[in-house]
Amino acid sequence: MATTKKYWKSTAQLDESNEVVKNLEQNEFAAPIPTVEFLGNDEVMEESSTTRRDFLKYVGFSTAAASLAACEGPVIYSVPYVNQPEQIIPGMANYYATTIADGYDFASILVKTREGRPIKIESNKDAKYRGHANARVHASVLSLYDNNRLKTPLVKGVESTWETLDKEVSQKLNELNGKTLAVLTQTFASPSTMAIIDMLKAKYSNVRHVTYDTVGENGALNAFEAKYGVRGLADYDFTDAETIVSIGADFVGNWQGGGFDKGYSASRVPSNKSMSHHVQFESNMSLSGANADLRYPVTPTEQKHILASLYSKLVGGAANVSLSDKVAKVVEQTAQKLSKAGSKAVVLCGLPDQAAQQLVLAINEKLNSSIVDTSAPIMTRQGNRLAVDQLVKEMQSGSVGALFVAGVDPIYSYDNSDAFAKAMEKVALKVSFASREDLTAQKCDYVATTPHYLESWGGDTEIKKGFVSLTQPTIRPIFDTRQMQDTLLKWSGSEQSYKDFLKETSTGNGASWSQALQDGFFMSTASLQAEADAKEFVASVSDNTALSSLVNSKKPSGFELILYTKTGLGDGTQANNPWLQELPDPITRTTWDNYVTISQKDAEQLGVENENVANGGLNGNYVVVKMNGVERKLPALIQPGQAQGTIGIALGYGKTASIQSEMQTGVNAYPFFKGGSSIQAVTVENAGGVHEFACTQLQNTMMGRDIIRETDLATYITGDKHEFNPMPEVSLNHIETPVDSPDVDLWTSFDRSTGHHFNMSIDLNACTGCGACVIACHAENNVPVVGKQEVRKSRDMHWLRIDRYYSSTDSFEADEDKKDGFEGLFGDNGSLGGFGELENPADNPQVAFQPVMCQHCNHAPCETVCPVAASSHGRQGQNHMAYNRCVGTRYCANNCPYKVRRFNWFLYNGNDEFDYHMNNDLGRMVINPDVTVRSRGVMEKCSMCMQMTQMTILEAKKDGRMIKDGEFATACSNACSNGAIKFGDINDKDAEITKLKNSDRMYHLLEEVGTEPNVIYQVKVRNA
Amino acid sequence: MIKRKLHFSAWQFILASVFVTLSTLSAYGQDAATNDGEPAAPVEASGSGNAAAGEALFKANCASCHKLYKKAVGPALHEVSQKYDREWLYSWITNSAALIASGDAQAVAVYNEYNQTAMNAFPQLSNTDIDNILAYTDTPKPAPAAAVAGATGDAPSGGGATDNSLNSIVLAALALILVLLVALLFVVNSTLKRFADANGIQTDFEEDKEVRRPIWKAFAENQFLVLVSAVFLLLASAYFAYGALMSVGLDQGYAPVQPIHYSHRIHAGTSQIECKYCHSSARESKHSGIPSLNVCMNCHKSIGEVADATYQEGMNEYGVDYNKEIQKLYAATGWDSDEQAFTGGETQPVRWVRIHNLPDLAYFNHAQHVTAGNIACQQCHGPVEEMEVMYQYSPLTMGWCINCHRETNVDLANNGYYEKIHEELSKQRGGKQLTIADLGGLECGKCHY
Repeated sequence: MATTKKYWKSTAQLDESNEVVKNLEQNEFAAPIPTVEFLGNDEVMEESSTTRRDFLKYVGFSTAAASLAACEGPVIYSVPYVNQPEQIIPGMANYYATTIADGYDFASILVKTREGRPIKIESNKDAKYRGHANARVHASVLSLYDNNRLKTPLVKGVESTWETLDKEVSQKLNELNGKTLAVLTQTFASPSTMAIIDMLKAKYSNVRHVTYDTVGENGALNAFEAKYGVRGLADYDFTDAETIVSIGADFVGNWQGGGFDKGYSASRVPSNKSMSHHVQFESNMSLSGANADLRYPVTPTEQKHILASLYSKLVGGAANVSLSDKVAKVVEQTAQKLSKAGSKAVVLCGLPDQAAQQLVLAINEKLNSSIVDTSAPIMTRQGNRLAVDQLVKEMQSGSVGALFVAGVDPIYSYDNSDAFAKAMEKVALKVSFASREDLTAQKCDYVATTPHYLESWGGDTEIKKGFVSLTQPTIRPIFDTRQMQDTLLKWSGSEQSYKDFLKETSTGNGASWSQALQDGFFMSTASLQAEADAKEFVASVSDNTALSSLVNSKKPSGFELILYTKTGLGDGTQANNPWLQELPDPITRTTWDNYVTISQKDAEQLGVENENVANGGLNGNYVVVKMNGVERKLPALIQPGQAQGTIGIALGYGKTASIQSEMQTGVNAYPFFKGGSSIQAVTVENAGGVHEFACTQLQNTMMGRDIIRETDLATYITGDKHEFNPMPEVSLNHIETPVDSPDVDLWTSFDRSTGHHFNMSIDLNACTGCGACVIACHAENNVPVVGKQEVRKSRDMHWLRIDRYYSSTDSFEADEDKKDGFEGLFGDNGSLGGFGELENPADNPQVAFQPVMCQHCNHAPCETVCPVAASSHGRQGQNHMAYNRCVGTRYCANNCPYKVRRFNWFLYNGNDEFDYHMNNDLGRMVINPDVTVRSRGVMEKCSMCMQMTQMTILEAKKDGRMIKDGEFATACSNACSNGAIKFGDINDKDAEITKLKNSDRMYHLLEEVGTEPNVIYQVKVRNA
Repeated sequence: MIKRKLHFSAWQFILASVFVTLSTLSAYGQDAATNDGEPAAPVEASGSGNAAAGEALFKANCASCHKLYKKAVGPALHEVSQKYDREWLYSWITNSAALIASGDAQAVAVYNEYNQTAMNAFPQLSNTDIDNILAYTDTPKPAPAAAVAGATGDAPSGGGATDNSLNSIVLAALALILVLLVALLFVVNSTLKRFADANGIQTDFEEDKEVRRPIWKAFAENQFLVLVSAVFLLLASAYFAYGALMSVGLDQGYAPVQPIHYSHRIHAGTSQIECKYCHSSARESKHSGIPSLNVCMNCHKSIGEVADATYQEGMNEYGVDYNKEIQKLYAATGWDSDEQAFTGGETQPVRWVRIHNLPDLAYFNHAQHVTAGNIACQQCHGPVEEMEVMYQYSPLTMGWCINCHRETNVDLANNGYYEKIHEELSKQRGGKQLTIADLGGLECGKCHY
């Protein structure tokens, strides 16, 4: 039957009289091919001396010549040093202790250099404080090799020289005529930098230093300063905590600069049958909420009421707040737990206002909490928003003659950037100290280009009072840059270099300079160099006033927006870093994007939908978020556990200035960040449309399986392993037999009793999902970045992923009970509908993280199916992958039950289609020379850092000694400062890993398939 | 038959005599090559000292900074006794610093001329010793070796024959003798033939040969033979083709021309410098390391020229002017040999052509083999100490690696690392030796990651 349907490509085609359509239908090509011009000219053709036969000869000859020439091997040159530095041995790594202090992340770290170029960041385990690196710090080594950095100083936007810049700026500084010189900087927390600014103050009469934190902690700083007289933040060490109550504080994540997760994880591992109890009240699903024992999704207004109520119960004062019965009961229980734990209890608060922070300080004081340290505060946030606002007013009024901007980009990050830009125009001299031409630098007359922190004497950063961490260069400046301190020293008339200045300042504190530099830190007894200029902006109120302000807070009519920063991008300083862009958000598992997180119920009301499409990608509708004239359109992602009536948006995205086009992702949410407050009242509307997300995980739940084994503390305490960690059984001759029994094993094994046998243990209790291991693996193993479109096609290359699972009911255990209760296909307990229900996460699900890398199975399914034996097994327990043997059949990936094998769909290095870092000489400097860069068409996977274990063995052989426990490490186990990933040799009977292997919490992933992995997991215990 | 025998023995005689003559000659040549630019040793003493004793003292104490005819760290010392007063020399040599400190004008001048480099004090040298040294430095500069040869050299019997012209004379004489012998043979042959003809002895045997089938025809008609040889030919060609194809991409014997002609033969062979003195990172690292130029300069600050004999050898045997090559090193490092100082100007790193190119996919660690495995460098790199031009000795194929791993025993007893493994294995295996392969040295992932 002939169809009468008409198929059309565009609506124009339907109009038969359309000339264009007619033409196109008659002609195969839109434009005629110029054959006539080419061949039609007989004269030219006849005059040509090249006959057809000649042509064929040439073709034949050139083909033959090309193939002959191809036989010749390339000539490779080796260029040794003329004068080899004494400490460099080609092929051996050197480590330098240094410090990152980019205004958002502060940590004492080790930098691994090879032949003088930094290739990896490691934690400085000897540092007494903040010696551990998070994902952003690990990734910062790639930011060093960023092609979009400025390469010379700029004068009026044109590349220039330092002489010109110095001359012109000094001249203009002398023409200030009493006008203010404003220095707007990030928090340096550096005594020597403060001293240099003081020198500037001495030289130019009217100098104002304003500190501006892109994502500040105004409320907490003000409350702390009002109470303790120092502009700093209370420090917390959760190691001994018994009860942790957090009200909207993502202290496992980036709250107050982060870095608390190490102590927290230590308190979470059940030892002596006890562990900390963690209650979280929050709106967004955060890392802290995901790790909490009890999590309650509440709006920010409710959080204020809860805090007020807790305060009145613990400290006193009347708090007449209307809480729902359920929440009121929880608050009552929580208050009891807190007072019971006494000094081992702590309350944290993430609410941005001073009143709330003040009450929390009072509660902790009342509890006499030993977890809080107020005597030696954290100094890494000192900014004051009011001082910045004041500066904008002054600039507007014309009283500011010169503006220096260092380490911050207010035109990108200040909430009213237009006002800032306009005010800047009134300033005669504008100098930016930036390493890239960001929005603020574009508006400045001069850019005194600064180096990356790995190239500079960054300074003496007093991360915490008394703990000073030093930054030293690990490579010569790649570009023609000069650090701010050197420039300011010059402009304030000093001839000294900053290095010498720093040495003087630091040795003045009684520490040996060389020793301090080697350690990367020293303990200082000097008094704090606190920021004095901002004192006038801190008001002090009584606790009662603060309490009533909380009690009186009213829920706004629309949505409450909670602005947060992501594990990957943070405040956006490193937005041009492809590793961080591709790091999946630990909660949403989304890469290359920011979005509105919204609860399922609100989404339904607005008609916003998320759906998985055929290629596995996630699509979502857009919403428009409005607030007092600010209007932004963002995609919406339905977030289980999001408090109803709230939405969350990540800051740090939407950067465009001097950012490569691939990295210009997401929407800038700073315009919503009014007054530096992370909580705002907004309205949300459905804007339809379809946005394509790039998520790395499609399944959100475990469907009642025990991929992650979980139990509660009460069951764990009984010690009945069969109850909380049962060994799966299979039927052998109708007798249930445990899968680890040799009787049900088809395979023969190596004799692994001699030599090393590596195992890796992952403690699900200690893993917070922070992602540091993922980035460390990237750096160590030359894992390529594939980009958003490829991630969407599930072609991400991460060797190590952190799976996140939600429960479909309130807890994972309830999921299992539900599954076990299925009867028949249909009906209330029918499996047909039941499994469907299990697929969807609950409104307030439990969350668990599970790092998964190659499990290095002793009975590896991948090895048996490889037709070319590219995958083979080593006696040390590692599953080997010989890339050059691989022909790319991908059988192994199909046969792997853990889905940890990654296929190189493309050549990612030297390919401009993947314009990240492996296609340019600068970006390639970060590549680890000990690990092969894989090519197209081969399979790759975690090698258990073979290069590192082999190196450890070789070092021992060279020294002629046995290997001690703790020497073996992998990139991920080194990066995991939380102690979740442990690595070692189980043939060493006294090793920590052997104890973990024999622990009653130990289990293997998918044990029932009998693969006998060498990666072991420790059952997650919740203290619910 | 008689005739053929005669022919043979005549040729044998000629060849043998040529060989004997040539080998005697080359032996003379070698003897001569040891003669270098130093003064023709114990010459008669000039002045009061013993020059022979002085030479030994000079070499032990002075030679690291002084040369006879050329400025080094310190001045050239030839005929130094005629420049300065002997007493002054005694006090200068025993303690130059004291002399300078005393304000002696001459001493200060010398000190300043040589960049204020302090000369070591030699209190152990007695005045007699110094006399001996000065006697040695006063020995007249020897005339160039060629002149010596010219004076004494005549004909093959001459003892001091050294140069080319002599060789050619000998060769020409030999050639003449050869020609004469050949002519003689012809004469003898024709005479004998004439005798034979005269006596009626038949000398031409060919005429009474039967007309036989040519052998190739017989072969072509024998199908079995054709088949067997075809099979054999095919197999042989397959064998050689396989060998040829398998050698594609192998660079065994690769000896590229280097920007500086560096002779391992001289350094590692003649001078007996330990490999790891220059390739020091081979002990520690995966790279053996091409030494940086400052390592070369450790010695070459004072070695600006090679000995004359070495120079001649370089020119004759390899066509290389070693002194020019050393100058290239100076140019690269910015060393001014007249001033004996680095100019501090632009340095020029040397672009050596890499000889051993292992593909990136294979991980090889020198320290593992050199330090942990205690393998001599020569095992893989061949007789480097004999190589004038460095070349790739081993094929560097995986088969070659694996083979060695299969055959080499691991010395478990003498490395503390293996203590536990050794203990366990000796229980299990008794005294049986273990190869690298037994310890997992054939696993893919050990070299490919």
